[in-house]
Amino acid sequence: MEKSKTILQANNITIGYSTKKANHVIAPGINLTLKSGTLTALIGANGIGKSTLLRTLTGIQKPLAGSVILNGQNIEAYTPADLAQQLSIVLTESLPPSNLTVYELVALGRQPYTNWVGSLSGDDRSKITEALKLTQTDHLSYKKHFEISDGQLQKVLIARALAQDTPLIILDEPTTHLDLQHKVSLLRLLKKLAAEQNKCILYSTHDLDLALQLSDELIIMTPNIVLQDTPQGCIESDIFDTLFNDDGIVFDAEKRSFIIKQ
Amino acid sequence: MQNNRLHITLFTLLGLALLVFFFANISLGAVKIPLTDVLQSLTGSEASKTSWQYIIINYRLPKAITALLAGIGLSIGGLLMQTLFRNPLAGPDVLGLNSGASLGVAFVILASGMLPVALAGVFLSAYGIVLASVAGSFIVLLAILAVAQRLRDTMAILIIGLMFTSFTGAIVGVLTYFSTAEQLQKYTFWALGSLGNLPWNNIVLLALVVLMGLIMAAVTLKPLDALLLGERYAKSMGINFNRTRFVIILATSLLTGCITAFAGPIAFVGLVVPHMAKLLFKTSSHNVLFWATLLIGSVLMLLCDIFTQLPGSSFVLPINAITSIIGAPVVIGLLLNRHKGIFN
Repeated sequence: MEKSKTILQANNITIGYSTKKANHVIAPGINLTLKSGTLTALIGANGIGKSTLLRTLTGIQKPLAGSVILNGQNIEAYTPADLAQQLSIVLTESLPPSNLTVYELVALGRQPYTNWVGSLSGDDRSKITEALKLTQTDHLSYKKHFEISDGQLQKVLIARALAQDTPLIILDEPTTHLDLQHKVSLLRLLKKLAAEQNKCILYSTHDLDLALQLSDELIIMTPNIVLQDTPQGCIESDIFDTLFNDDGIVFDAEKRSFIIKQ
Repeated sequence: MQNNRLHITLFTLLGLALLVFFFANISLGAVKIPLTDVLQSLTGSEASKTSWQYIIINYRLPKAITALLAGIGLSIGGLLMQTLFRNPLAGPDVLGLNSGASLGVAFVILASGMLPVALAGVFLSAYGIVLASVAGSFIVLLAILAVAQRLRDTMAILIIGLMFTSFTGAIVGVLTYFSTAEQLQKYTFWALGSLGNLPWNNIVLLALVVLMGLIMAAVTLKPLDALLLGERYAKSMGINFNRTRFVIILATSLLTGCITAFAGPIAFVGLVVPHMAKLLFKTSSHNVLFWATLLIGSVLMLLCDIFTQLPGSSFVLPINAITSIIGAPVVIGLLLNRHKGIFN
């Protein structure tokens, strides 16, 4: 398998909304490159535009300028069915009420590959089993999705994304609602999947200290620039001091975390 | 997979129940007809009295088939709505589709007087009433959809359904004020609702429209499964959401509209049956729920129809009263029993 292939590339994109009257720019001139086998964390203060960036990178929203290239093709050129074989997502929003079991939920990830009634082939079943094993959720297979803990559900949703068998997985704040132990275990899982399955994984988070320790690369959004670098590179660039618009919160490079001035 | 065995058992039992109730529905009625004569009439051989044969073939059999079709159509419509709106309390009657269909029919029956005679004839034919009824429920569904896209709150959708019900009720009220006594009588009889008295050619029309709706529903079974995770996940799995939603809405309008046109507004079946299917079969897979809902819907409707006509008595109760008497407590029970059902 080819190592470190470029999966997603954002070429000088401007993100924002266009209304009838005018374009509302959130951040201009963003350049990003996401490679296979790497785990990348997206960091930024609330309201800085992380969700808009993620929506643009997943093709839900068009960039105001520039282009998003996914696996050598402009993301806007994909049909929904083809895009589903390139990109899978994991969301934080709670699931609608249903009787889905964990196995059935993960099996839905195979939809882009199944026939019109959605019957599972032997290959589909082995992909589902593999996804459940990789995320260590196979013992939950026959539980209903509302009977398991938040941490387990998050892993099951990741298993669903794995079953979708896409080179790129994008997660929207997967560590919210989890305690420290489960945050760490989740990020370790993502790191393992990136390294061992050669996946390209991007996740947004507010847990900077964990992201610094457990990600291969970081994307930092500040009001002025959007920077992509290794954790060490980000620390050396002193960008973290500009992350929050508050002089009382400063970054301690040695401790690799924020301290609050009394 | 312990579920598979459960499903096979349940499907077998429901299949048997369907046969039993269909036969029971035909055998029971105001006039006592011996079982052998019922069988003879159905198989085409002579019954001991020609009047019995006439009753079976031209009165009871059409009524049983209408009950069957109404049960299937309303229940499948409810299943589609509950998944589309991610709302366990959605159903054709709750969302106001029945009222939309009633409004369409009211326009046709009550306003036909303002049209030239030739045109009025076309409008008042079975086709005209079906068309008006389907169009009425389709318009209400589109309106609910427009509101649902602005309001993420699922409970708000139910309130909107209630509002549409009173709104359409008011319009019908205004229309009745301007119509003749004869038109009014015609509309009132329709609105009371009845599964009987349908001539065979209308039943064929009803069956065709229900079949069309069912085929459309069957095409959306896979996207419906994806919608169980919500709209954003469904889209990310390659579902063409807008097209799926359109087909679901069209299918529901056809099913609810044509049944309401012929049998009048029937409450609760569309809301309750999908829940019974979900509770019994303990699954969310629409491939299973589709058949389960279809069978339970037809069995329940045949049963309700038996209750409307108690054996030996000549009274026929309105079908809507029976479904409401059974349906309302079931819904309250479902709401109270949150852990096992509706809201998990």
